[in-house]
Amino acid sequence: MAVNDTLEGTRKIVEEAEVQRPNLHPLAPSVNDFNQELTTLNLGPTHPATHGIFQNILQMDGERIVSGVPTIGYIHRAFEKIAERRPFYQITPLTDRMNYCSSPINNMGWHMTVEKLLGVEVPKRAQYMRVILMELARISDHLICNGILGVDTGAFTGFLYLMDEREKIYEIYEEVSGARLTTNMGRVGGMERDFTDVAIQKLRAWLKTFPAVMSEFEKMFNRNRIFMDRVVDVGAISAERALNYGFTGPNLRAAGVDYDVRVMNPYSSYQDFEFEIPVGTKGDTYDRFMVRNEEIWQSLRIINQALENLPEGPYHADAPHYYLPPKQAVYKNMEALIYHFKIVMGEIEAPVGEVYHSVEGGNGELGFYLVSDGGRTPYRLHFRRPCFIYYQAYTEMVTGQTLSDAIVTLSSMNVIAGELDA
Amino acid sequence: MADQNESTPAQEVAAAQDPATQKNAQLLALLHRLFGEDTFTDVEEPYGLLTVTTTRERIHDIIAGLQQDQELQVNFLTTMCGMHFPDKEGQELGMVYHLHSLVHNVRLRLKIFFPISDPVVPTMTDLYSTANWMEREAYDFFGIQFPGHPNLIRILNVEDMDYHPMRKEYALEDGTREDKTDLFFGR
Repeated sequence: MAVNDTLEGTRKIVEEAEVQRPNLHPLAPSVNDFNQELTTLNLGPTHPATHGIFQNILQMDGERIVSGVPTIGYIHRAFEKIAERRPFYQITPLTDRMNYCSSPINNMGWHMTVEKLLGVEVPKRAQYMRVILMELARISDHLICNGILGVDTGAFTGFLYLMDEREKIYEIYEEVSGARLTTNMGRVGGMERDFTDVAIQKLRAWLKTFPAVMSEFEKMFNRNRIFMDRVVDVGAISAERALNYGFTGPNLRAAGVDYDVRVMNPYSSYQDFEFEIPVGTKGDTYDRFMVRNEEIWQSLRIINQALENLPEGPYHADAPHYYLPPKQAVYKNMEALIYHFKIVMGEIEAPVGEVYHSVEGGNGELGFYLVSDGGRTPYRLHFRRPCFIYYQAYTEMVTGQTLSDAIVTLSSMNVIAGELDA
Repeated sequence: MADQNESTPAQEVAAAQDPATQKNAQLLALLHRLFGEDTFTDVEEPYGLLTVTTTRERIHDIIAGLQQDQELQVNFLTTMCGMHFPDKEGQELGMVYHLHSLVHNVRLRLKIFFPISDPVVPTMTDLYSTANWMEREAYDFFGIQFPGHPNLIRILNVEDMDYHPMRKEYALEDGTREDKTDLFFGR
């Protein structure tokens, strides 16, 4: 029941929470005593702990949260509307700006959606390259989330260590695509260029050094008494509620449901790799933290396998109608010039139809629902943004908890404002 | 869209043995058994995803029935979104629901269409908490009303906006500009 938007509903939720939640302090004031005065507290829109622009108007009873009203949309950029006027390849930069902590996953997800619509088969090498880049993106996404969770609990050191590693991942991106944060990586039909020797070198060097740093980070946090006191049993959600709220990704897996798009609907040759899906039991902040840590290790496994077995061959599909020709050929070759012109002007032929494709983003199932009327742009494009969908559970998760618990819960859910608002 | 080419019998047999096709057939049979064959029109499988069109009178029953059903357990609402087809007389607006069975890994796309003069759709918030913001988004973008929704206000756009921007009549750029011809850029 989505009743948490009204005061009546909030009371009901709090009453249920008192019965159900073992983590509510026994001395916490009973919510039936509504004669006491409540304090209204604005958490956000610009609060250092929200890591993005969104607001929560909290009703506080002392240190306890009684109810909350989330307001979002502060950086809404109408991507779905803009996408209706852009040719397919110009939509890639829009996807960058959704979950900007793991842009390559968004890019690849979008490319795969268009490839599915156009019926383009991507060669194995390109698929493996994509897997490497997507897993790097997942690692950098989780590094941010877990590092920041450390900062929000007062431990800055781990964050600094991890930022250093994220910087190295960005250098690999830079070597592959030329960009760091908003990568605009790859193309419809494959990658825009092969991995250079420098890129491979940097990747191999990073794969050697990173595990030691990650182990050190885990040693610092996983059994740290102070950290555990702050996160265990905080912001918990049951598997049933999580599913009802449409949770996906690490947040759902922390609640104990092993749903992972990479396994359930393998794309880009994920079926070739061996990896495990970590799951939690309680769905609290600690479980989310641990699931993300373990996913980093599993991503490393996938990258290692993909790099060792990287097939030889072309790095893009043989689809001249959709894949930009090399620039040199455009100057010398009539056909290449024609294709170049048609692709850049968006005059490629797209079939009429509708396609839904989803990838496992940093935060969960990132879906693209594309309706094409055969024109140069999508007729309708809808993004299934995991952040937008699971953030609505936030109020329910923090009701009955303290303000400091709310901060770490928000941090561990990894709500990225760009993806929340699109 | 579905393959337009003539398929040979061998291909048909291969398609029938494909697990995804089998699951879709099983799901379609389930839908027909639970809700009657004439509830669904336009049964398609674009890119392997079973897509059926139904009416807004039945949509709540169908989603509730699928949520309760124990055979395929289609009880995860992946996403829902509005649509606008200005040229379809009397069926201008639409809602598209993507459902997923996490146990049996089969997806279903449900569509409903209704006139823009009467954009009223039953709410799914009593079945799925996740429908809350999705319906607010559909209201915000397309002006679709969901009676019974606990808090149907705009979600992404500002409160005092007086139109629903994702409708097709609102072109992205100022339509009165004459220095830019629209011949190549955009619809």
